[in-house]
Amino acid sequence: MPQAKGPARDMTQTLGLLAAVAVFVALGLVFLWVPAERVMGDVQRIFYFHVASAWNAFLAFLVVFVASIAFLRSGSHRWDTLAYCSAEIGVVFTTITLITGPIWARPIWNTWWSWDPRLTTTLILWFIYLAYLVIRSSAEGSQQQSRLAAVFGIIGFVDVPIVFMSTRWWRSIHPTLIQTDKMNMEPSMVFTMVFSFVSFTILYAFLLSYRVRLETLAERAAALKRDLRR
Amino acid sequence: MTLKPSFPRAVWAMLVKDLRLEFHTKEMFSALLIFALLVAVAFSFAFDVAPEGLREVFPGMIWVAFFFAGMLALNRSFASEKQNGCLQALMLGPFDRSAIYFAKVIGNLLVMLASEVVLTPLFFIFFDMRLDGSIWLLAAIWLLATFGFIAVGTLLSALAAQARASEILLPIIVFPVITPVVMAAVKSTAGLLLGARLVDYAIWLKLLVAYDLIFLAVPFILFEYLLEV
Repeated sequence: MPQAKGPARDMTQTLGLLAAVAVFVALGLVFLWVPAERVMGDVQRIFYFHVASAWNAFLAFLVVFVASIAFLRSGSHRWDTLAYCSAEIGVVFTTITLITGPIWARPIWNTWWSWDPRLTTTLILWFIYLAYLVIRSSAEGSQQQSRLAAVFGIIGFVDVPIVFMSTRWWRSIHPTLIQTDKMNMEPSMVFTMVFSFVSFTILYAFLLSYRVRLETLAERAAALKRDLRR
Repeated sequence: MTLKPSFPRAVWAMLVKDLRLEFHTKEMFSALLIFALLVAVAFSFAFDVAPEGLREVFPGMIWVAFFFAGMLALNRSFASEKQNGCLQALMLGPFDRSAIYFAKVIGNLLVMLASEVVLTPLFFIFFDMRLDGSIWLLAAIWLLATFGFIAVGTLLSALAAQARASEILLPIIVFPVITPVVMAAVKSTAGLLLGARLVDYAIWLKLLVAYDLIFLAVPFILFEYLLEV
């Protein structure tokens, strides 16, 4: 029986080390180096990890979408594992985004939550990928489970821009940072933000490779158990 | 003579079968009707508001009632085919599998529209609403919103029918995906009933059209993957 190989242990370990260093440096930049925002004060510092988490969530769901299409086209089990693991990580980062947002919003907007387009879209995104995970856990047989989840992974991602468009036509109070002509931020803040983005992306890559490796090993263990019982 | 029926013939045959079944049992139709009215009664107690306030919440009420009731109908759509291996038999048919999807979409759409034809006047009477705008515009909104809901719902109903506990799964997977339809339906209905100019809410109608087209095309591609054995 050909054994599916997950990512090599060396690669996962290297990524883990890189991610640890990068996130620690990012923490240093966010809390010690970058100046406090003039109006909002220290609470604004949460923004660097908030936006980086949102970016990671989006990246993770994009990977789910691409891997789902690749799975349906090729039928290769590896794509399916990738989609599954990426969806799990995406849900975690969406949750982080949904928690850090209100912590910032409470002192700044004077409310924990508002039905603003980005907040609403993020919340619906969270529901869509929770549904994706529910489908994975409720289908019978791994082959069927993969197909159903892949179909939903595509539908869900196609739906996201439409959700965003429709929620946008309500008045938005979410701050717009990146305008078309200029960045609305001080250079040291831009640097910290870019650094947080990069370190979170490495963190995502590490979590994904770790999770895929774990899933592959779990499948191998299950296959071995089946062989032993026979 | 060829044994392979054309695509429209296959759709027609399955549609007639579904409608005949529905006509005899009235399973979906009666469930839709009764449940939507029950939701209306629940709303009348939940929002005990003055008539002026009612105009504001009415569009939301009517669509939430329709979509909740529609969920019941969708649950039956493929669950009934699971009995006695009917779905496998349909899949063995000598035609493209998306024909099954289209037949189901048209069938579900007709049943839901039929129940809306009865329900809409009842809702207007119960909540003392008057329609000042065009009835054709109302019909267009009803058709576009119901179609969007059914197009996505039918695909996901086929998906849920193959999983365990499909009755619980279906609402969880349908509602997040149809949020744009809910928003657009409520906003355009509110525009119509509150006497806004068409240009002010035309954007929601455009959204509905776009949504309907996208979620007719995407299931067309994906449906055959859904029904593999």
